[in-house]
Amino acid sequence: MTTALNFDPIRLPKECEDLRKEVRAFIKQEIAAGTWDPSAVGRDEAFNYDFSRKVGEKGWIGLTWPKKYGGHERTFLERYVVTEEFRVANAPTRVFFTADRQSGPTLLKYANEDIKMDILPRICRGECCFGIGMSEPGSGSDLFAASTKATKVDGGWLINGSKIWTSNAHRADYLIAIFRTSPPTRENRRHGLTSFLVDMKNTKGITCNPIIQLSGLHEFNEVVFEDAFMPDAHLLGEKDGAWKQATSELAYERSGPERFLETFQVMIELVRVLGEKPDARGAEGLGRLVAQLHTLRRMSVSVNGMLQAGKEPVVEGSVVKDLGTIWEQKLPHKVREIAAFVEPEDTANRVAFEEQLAFATTIAPKLTIQGGTTEVLRGIIAAGLGLRGR
Amino acid sequence: MSDSDSIVAETAARIFADLADPQTVNAAKDQAWKAPLWSALEENGLTLAWVPDDLGGTGASLADGFEVISVAGRFAAPVPVMETLLAGWLLTQGRIASPAGMMTLAPMRPKDRITLGGDGMLTGRARGIPFAGDAAHVAVLAHGPKGAVVALAETKSARIAETRGIAGNTVFELTFDKAKPLQVADAPAGFSQETLMLMGATVRSLASAGALAAILDISVRYAGERVAFEKTISKFQAVQHNLARLAGESAAASAVATSAADAISSAVTLAAPGIYLEAASARIRTAEAATEGSAIAHQVHGAIGYTKEHILHRYTQRLLTWRDDFGNESQWAVDLGTKVAAAGADELWPLVASR
Repeated sequence: MTTALNFDPIRLPKECEDLRKEVRAFIKQEIAAGTWDPSAVGRDEAFNYDFSRKVGEKGWIGLTWPKKYGGHERTFLERYVVTEEFRVANAPTRVFFTADRQSGPTLLKYANEDIKMDILPRICRGECCFGIGMSEPGSGSDLFAASTKATKVDGGWLINGSKIWTSNAHRADYLIAIFRTSPPTRENRRHGLTSFLVDMKNTKGITCNPIIQLSGLHEFNEVVFEDAFMPDAHLLGEKDGAWKQATSELAYERSGPERFLETFQVMIELVRVLGEKPDARGAEGLGRLVAQLHTLRRMSVSVNGMLQAGKEPVVEGSVVKDLGTIWEQKLPHKVREIAAFVEPEDTANRVAFEEQLAFATTIAPKLTIQGGTTEVLRGIIAAGLGLRGR
Repeated sequence: MSDSDSIVAETAARIFADLADPQTVNAAKDQAWKAPLWSALEENGLTLAWVPDDLGGTGASLADGFEVISVAGRFAAPVPVMETLLAGWLLTQGRIASPAGMMTLAPMRPKDRITLGGDGMLTGRARGIPFAGDAAHVAVLAHGPKGAVVALAETKSARIAETRGIAGNTVFELTFDKAKPLQVADAPAGFSQETLMLMGATVRSLASAGALAAILDISVRYAGERVAFEKTISKFQAVQHNLARLAGESAAASAVATSAADAISSAVTLAAPGIYLEAASARIRTAEAATEGSAIAHQVHGAIGYTKEHILHRYTQRLLTWRDDFGNESQWAVDLGTKVAAAGADELWPLVASR
């Protein structure tokens, strides 16, 4: 009997490497055409519908979904390759990223046929943006304390309350949000929450208030619901049972390359300013970072191999996000120390390095909070070790 | 994992569990457990798994041998099974037949250098050699007049000095002073001391991952038994989070070491692209995990873990010692960083994405 987790050494098959070449060629061409500047920092150009549609035309959104809904029936590992190449190139993927990663899969599993036929092909074409409505002013990590209420009325539900820290809400076509349909029970405090599809563009009674982040970017919002009507068909899955649905989907959200590559640009710029022959101090610092990055990526690929095999690696996904987000959070600080004695001769390199470093340092605090805090993740891992209930 | 791998791993695990249970070995007053354990390992062909039939071994695959090493790590093997496997592998590079019995190998540090003179004698010093007191033979990688050579020597042909290692663990310094080897052969083209360090580092990485898995088990079990402040300490969130961190370090070590072993097992040559990144990363990251993980395991155990009586030290002391074998994490990091810097910024991501 062993408690240790297994991460089998999954190798990306040949079709992945062929796809990687295509993706890299596409990225190169788009950067050359001026679609985005990969070294730009802190600019709100990630919402780019032109780019999003082009990616849709390539067939790289909804890669794993059934063809019937506009998908391409390819593997999670192929999706992994597309995601990591876009992430490393700083590609403007914000329009479709959330829909592709988790909202689409949720709809596939829980929405009715009409909704799937309507929305999924639009996501795949790169025309449809999603957000996730979980946190509320009074409930963040404690998801099941959510109180925004759904009241049954004829033909649907009326929503009252508010969601907060809702990324994309000001631009999203839809949110997938959880609302309270029943009070929690004494036996199960997670009971009573239900998942809904919220049509942000065609629903009265929804107000979106911007919240500007530390970085100066506007991703967050407060979303206020005042008698907003959701038709019955927009209830996703089981009434009062959203907690069951939410937990099994976490592995998708937590194990991807975006969970350790958010600040990776600063490492590329570090190599540039270190030059071809760094001293032992610079070389050791860089070498350790490369080893740690390689390890995280091998773990992340392995979890995606498990997803492809139809498993639900929730604990393994949590380990990847815990280690990955702490690593990417520390990365700018380590890079700063490694570069302390470096005097780059090339001014452009120095400026690029300093800009990336400042930006990475600015965004670092959020990385261990968004999508499940370090504390929540360690609780899940501890439960996996049998130390506490889930 | 193929079926045959599982059988090798199961056989090794059964032998260690039956004959080298850490609790029993730790409590033993003498070394009586050692001979039966070694005989069982040898009779089942595990110690010379990497030596072909015609050179005295069992000709198992690299993957099978790596399975044995994982298990050896999980049981903090108190016999030189890893060293004998590696020694056999090294001798096979020169097509030298492996003798029966325990072997060790030299050098195990990247900067220790043994030379073979024109007179056919070995000269040089090798630090940090384990089991030199037990092993009758030592496999040597030496620098000859025309390049790298592999040699088989009697351990007693070298001057053996005991040095005190971590937690009183004995390691040895071997000094060859015009020592006469039993056999010498040219190493294959391209085989160098770096090649030996790369293979050895992967072996120690995999063993470290095994030992980290073991101390995670031991720590989780202890936390569920020990009561303090009227509840088992596993109920305290601070303890849970420490154990979650240990699980993360164990997972990282296992992932990177298994990946490196898999890469080597399926490569035609150790010089194949990507093997270096895998092996160097495994060495660096498992050594970091050993440092972090050992500290957490001791913290969870409190004072009892800091006793000879408790088995924890059998694992943590080896984890910390193994960090220094075949290049420590700092040395590998300098080397890896130097190579990455020389390739340039635009090659960083393609390198990482290539594995």
